[in-house]
Amino acid sequence: MLTAVEWSRAQFAMTAMYHWLFVPLTLGLGLIVAIMETVYVRKKLNPATAQAEAAEWLDMTKFWMRLFGVNFAIGVATGIVLEFEFGTNWSNYSWFVGDIFGAPLAIEGIFAFFCESTFFAVMFFGWEKFGIRQHCAATWLTAFGATMSAWWILVANSWMQHPVGMEFDPDQMRNVMVSFTDVALSPTAVNKFCHVVTSSWSLGACFVISVSGWYLLKGRHTGFAIRSMKVAGVAGLAGIMGTMISGDTSAVQVTKDQPMKLAAMEGLYEGRPGTDLVGFGILNPDKKWDNDEDAMLVEIKIPRGLSILGRHDPDAFIPGIKDIIEGRDIVDGKEVNTVNYSERILRGRIAQKALRDYGRARECNDMVGMKEAREKLAKHYRFFGYGYLGKVDEAIPPVAMTFYPFHIMVILGGWLLVFLCASVWILFRRQEWMKFRIAGWQVFPWLAMAAAPVAWVCSQCGWIVAEVGRQPWTIQDIMPVQAAISSVGPGNVKLTFFIFLILFTCLLMAEIGIMVKQIKDKK
Amino acid sequence: MRLLRSVILFYYDGFRGMTVGRTLWLIIAIKLFVMFAILRVFFFQPVLHGSDKEKAEQVRENMLNHHENR
Repeated sequence: MLTAVEWSRAQFAMTAMYHWLFVPLTLGLGLIVAIMETVYVRKKLNPATAQAEAAEWLDMTKFWMRLFGVNFAIGVATGIVLEFEFGTNWSNYSWFVGDIFGAPLAIEGIFAFFCESTFFAVMFFGWEKFGIRQHCAATWLTAFGATMSAWWILVANSWMQHPVGMEFDPDQMRNVMVSFTDVALSPTAVNKFCHVVTSSWSLGACFVISVSGWYLLKGRHTGFAIRSMKVAGVAGLAGIMGTMISGDTSAVQVTKDQPMKLAAMEGLYEGRPGTDLVGFGILNPDKKWDNDEDAMLVEIKIPRGLSILGRHDPDAFIPGIKDIIEGRDIVDGKEVNTVNYSERILRGRIAQKALRDYGRARECNDMVGMKEAREKLAKHYRFFGYGYLGKVDEAIPPVAMTFYPFHIMVILGGWLLVFLCASVWILFRRQEWMKFRIAGWQVFPWLAMAAAPVAWVCSQCGWIVAEVGRQPWTIQDIMPVQAAISSVGPGNVKLTFFIFLILFTCLLMAEIGIMVKQIKDKK
Repeated sequence: MRLLRSVILFYYDGFRGMTVGRTLWLIIAIKLFVMFAILRVFFFQPVLHGSDKEKAEQVRENMLNHHENR
């Protein structure tokens, strides 16, 4: 039987994953629509361009803008559900993080409401009421507003992955922000933002390519489809290349700040200098961190790949799960003691006891006792969350649930890079190849149609890796999930889980239905 | 006043001229109703109550004394 923690996690995962179906499409399609409208404006204002050509670009812009609007409308406010859950299921967490989490969310709300909502209305209602340059500016500002909203959400998420710029106040029982810039511009946030936004561009591009692929397959609106694919192909290629570059910098960041996550992503239990990267593998379910079983049943390795990925050095040592638990690492050729997990648990308990002692001393107005307790708490606070763990095993994330999504993401992302490179080449240089068939099967349109589902799977897998890979932490090293949860029973959470499931399924069906109708009815 | 009138007319004309948008607004209205009038009111009430000091004490109690039972 699942506990309240597990139901709350399942509910949060479901609502976040549902929300994430819409967000990357909004970010990606917003950019593509803005590019299309810019081309339209340039052609419209250029006296040398035939007006029929400008009209074609206007038709493209309006069509994709309509699908952008459908996606925006169905997706809007789905993120609010997450905030309900923070207040009810995760109240300890919500209080404990204080304004560090609240400030970015508030800024996001302002951006989302004022910037996106205002310019979104101009985009849809303003065709006849604004000049074409002004309208185009509104379209870019809508895309910009959506991207900046994502920035603040990712700042909040990144702080949970790598808490910086704060100190704990035992009187308020919450973390207090001491440096806004450290929080807003942490390397984790910057990497995450670049990775998420560029991957969203490629997802939006794949969506346009998939719909256009369907038109090619049906032999309808082929000129429109090819023009759309050209814009999307270039945007998607830029997006996927940006995703790979930011993925590389993210890997370095994770190796430094969340080594346990990297070890779980690779199913690595014992590191060595020049660690190989598992390109494909099947995990051995019997493997535990403290037994001698092989970690993999089957594997194809890329020699020294993980060392290059994690530390940009083919000879670098990458610690595995066992090394991390035992507090072993080698940095720049020197053995480093990173505090073993048994000691972390001990120090976490000392920090918690200090917090209790502080509370008691404060009740007695014992200033000396308060000062001593506060100093002890500050000394051991970085391991505060370990005090909730019964044994070191509890600090290991679910390896299979991190390893497989990571490899699916990398393999499918690699496929998208190849596909988008080939698509751009075909669309700009070899359009006759679009008609290539194998046993009557039109290869290019079918591969194009598969691009959007592949990109969505990739995007969802990325978030699974990011969030499952950091378990058991809600806030890295400071607050595990069992401490973050409110005093709620599983019954209520279970009921709302199923209400959300029904509501979200209905909304998704409505979106798909409306989108399909719009695509089919295009004149 | 003229500016306000223009803004209102802008939205009024926009909503009147919508085609797909009507269905979408209906879906948005139903969704927001379910979220705020049902889920928020009956299932997602904030758990912490009282002043900030009282909330801090509830969290202290939860985090230091009650987490084991979940």
